[in-house]
Amino acid sequence: MNKKIVYEIKGMYRDDFRVTGYEFGEGEKSVCIVGNSRGNEVQQLYCCSQLVKKLKQLEEEGRIKSGHKILIIPSMNPYSVNIQKRFWSTDNTDINRMFPGYDLGETTQRIADGVFKEIQDYKYGIQFASFYNPGDFVPHVRYMKEGFTTKEDAEKFGMKYVVERKVRPYDTATLNYNWQVWETVAFSLYTNTTDRISTTGAGQAVLSVMNFLANNGIIKYGAIGEKKIRTVDDSDFISVRTAKSGFFEALVKAGDKVEAGKPLANIINPYEGDILETLFSPIDGTIFFIHNAPLTYANTAVIKILGEE
Amino acid sequence: MVEIVTSVGLPIDEKLMIKKNRIVPEGAGDVSGMKRISVVTGIHGDELEGQYVCYELQKRIEKEKDKLTGIVDVYPAMNPLGIDSITRGIPAFDLDMNRLFPGNIDGNMTEYLAAGIIEDVAGSDCVVDIHASNIYLTEIPQIRINELHEDALVPLAKAANVDFIWVHGASTVLEATFAHSLNSIGTPVLVVEMGVGMRLTKEYGDQLVDGIFNLMKELGIWSGEVTKVKTPMISKDPDDVSYLNATASGLFVPEVKHGARLKEGELIGRIVDPLCGRVLDEVKAPQGGMLFTIRDYPIVDEGSLMGRILKEEVCIYE
Repeated sequence: MNKKIVYEIKGMYRDDFRVTGYEFGEGEKSVCIVGNSRGNEVQQLYCCSQLVKKLKQLEEEGRIKSGHKILIIPSMNPYSVNIQKRFWSTDNTDINRMFPGYDLGETTQRIADGVFKEIQDYKYGIQFASFYNPGDFVPHVRYMKEGFTTKEDAEKFGMKYVVERKVRPYDTATLNYNWQVWETVAFSLYTNTTDRISTTGAGQAVLSVMNFLANNGIIKYGAIGEKKIRTVDDSDFISVRTAKSGFFEALVKAGDKVEAGKPLANIINPYEGDILETLFSPIDGTIFFIHNAPLTYANTAVIKILGEE
Repeated sequence: MVEIVTSVGLPIDEKLMIKKNRIVPEGAGDVSGMKRISVVTGIHGDELEGQYVCYELQKRIEKEKDKLTGIVDVYPAMNPLGIDSITRGIPAFDLDMNRLFPGNIDGNMTEYLAAGIIEDVAGSDCVVDIHASNIYLTEIPQIRINELHEDALVPLAKAANVDFIWVHGASTVLEATFAHSLNSIGTPVLVVEMGVGMRLTKEYGDQLVDGIFNLMKELGIWSGEVTKVKTPMISKDPDDVSYLNATASGLFVPEVKHGARLKEGELIGRIVDPLCGRVLDEVKAPQGGMLFTIRDYPIVDEGSLMGRILKEEVCIYE
């Protein structure tokens, strides 16, 4: 293992800002794995820490095949994690909307550029991503449809679900999009949580990355992926929306199978405690995403359901 | 007449309402055939220069109400929660409202509000969307135009009494702005940037109000006297503008004033280290011209923008 500083900015009163990378194996740049880019992506950071631990062990046991280099960057943004702020500490910009970056630009453009220069020519790129709404997911791997990545590549994670996503204008400044522009096969890995740690979710994430590395001949590992993988389009999900705002009381959790008509959540009057609204499942399916904050707004897609095949 | 453009209930005992004030000629019955100008501001909650413009414009219309021959819609607070909590984006969602347009009436709360706004503003004969840079940088009064809409907007912008018209390249990310969404459906929007976040610059506000009256006159919304407008500097070439990014983290201490005419190599300011009392870098002009942007917020990180210079050949000095 080789621990190195990928990018650094001198701090004024704070310690210097450092992006740290961990390299395993030697040879062609095979896989780069990136953890949090926002300050609240604690699970994404945790997943990478577990991967560093696992790869350290594999390297000591001689199970990284020769000719392959793997780079893990657990955090692109330690400054924001340390002050518990989602975006950049001073100007609130999002590093994951700054790619490919600009070395003479603003601070977060420079960070994106510094990191991207290091990671742009890897064959495969994996980013632990999060959703902008607070909630729990069924773990899955996503890729952008119009890009350089295929369904077959994504299936090598052996995760039960692969989600294809259509590129939207705001995607064009993300790491995932720009990786593909530079011909890296790129994936976004969604584990079940964001701002709290799920050890089970992280365990599944580590396993899926092991599957991917083994299935691409990069490590020696007894990969056991899902036999039955379902690939769905981002537009296949049915959103269940609130009409009222108030306390959000979930009656189901991510991964639950539900039948049409099953109550999924209540919206509670925050002063008087009565139920303002009950959300019901419109279809038979699986809860793929569910809001997890104590309050909700009206007109919000708090649940996403994937219908039966 | 104050109207609610769109609204949504918040979790506890509060409604988020986006309001506008519609001013029509006195005694006007059916206004459906009249020309309409919309003055919009507060998409970013920390940009307040447009607040004064909304006030001053209405005060001056009221003084000579008989000269009003069309509709004036004033939307002072597109992001009311942001303005109220000194937050640039939409609080709780931490989203930049100017990346949500055209919105979606069936979407989540923020998309729903954006869609309601677009529906209400669409069809205006001219929209002035007033921004105030951000809390870090001060700008001279200027209009920024996406090159895709240059032909339709530059003639309108010339009437708006700003110092500078900056035509910039198209960017996919900017397709989600309020201005782009409306310009794409044929409602012309002029994006004004002036002053600095969290502050008012009254002289800039007065200058823009003069420009809005001039626009109204050209559009047939105002029959009263108007002030002769400035001839703006116009830049269409990216090479016209040079950027001053900090080479070190520290305290930026300017040595020249905003709008200064600079010679190549002239000292603009210093980045200093207050802990050890040292100068970390001297910031010098890479080319001669006008310092049309200057940093107001003194702390800089390496890379922070401290100013922009418009090259001498494009500048007009009064």
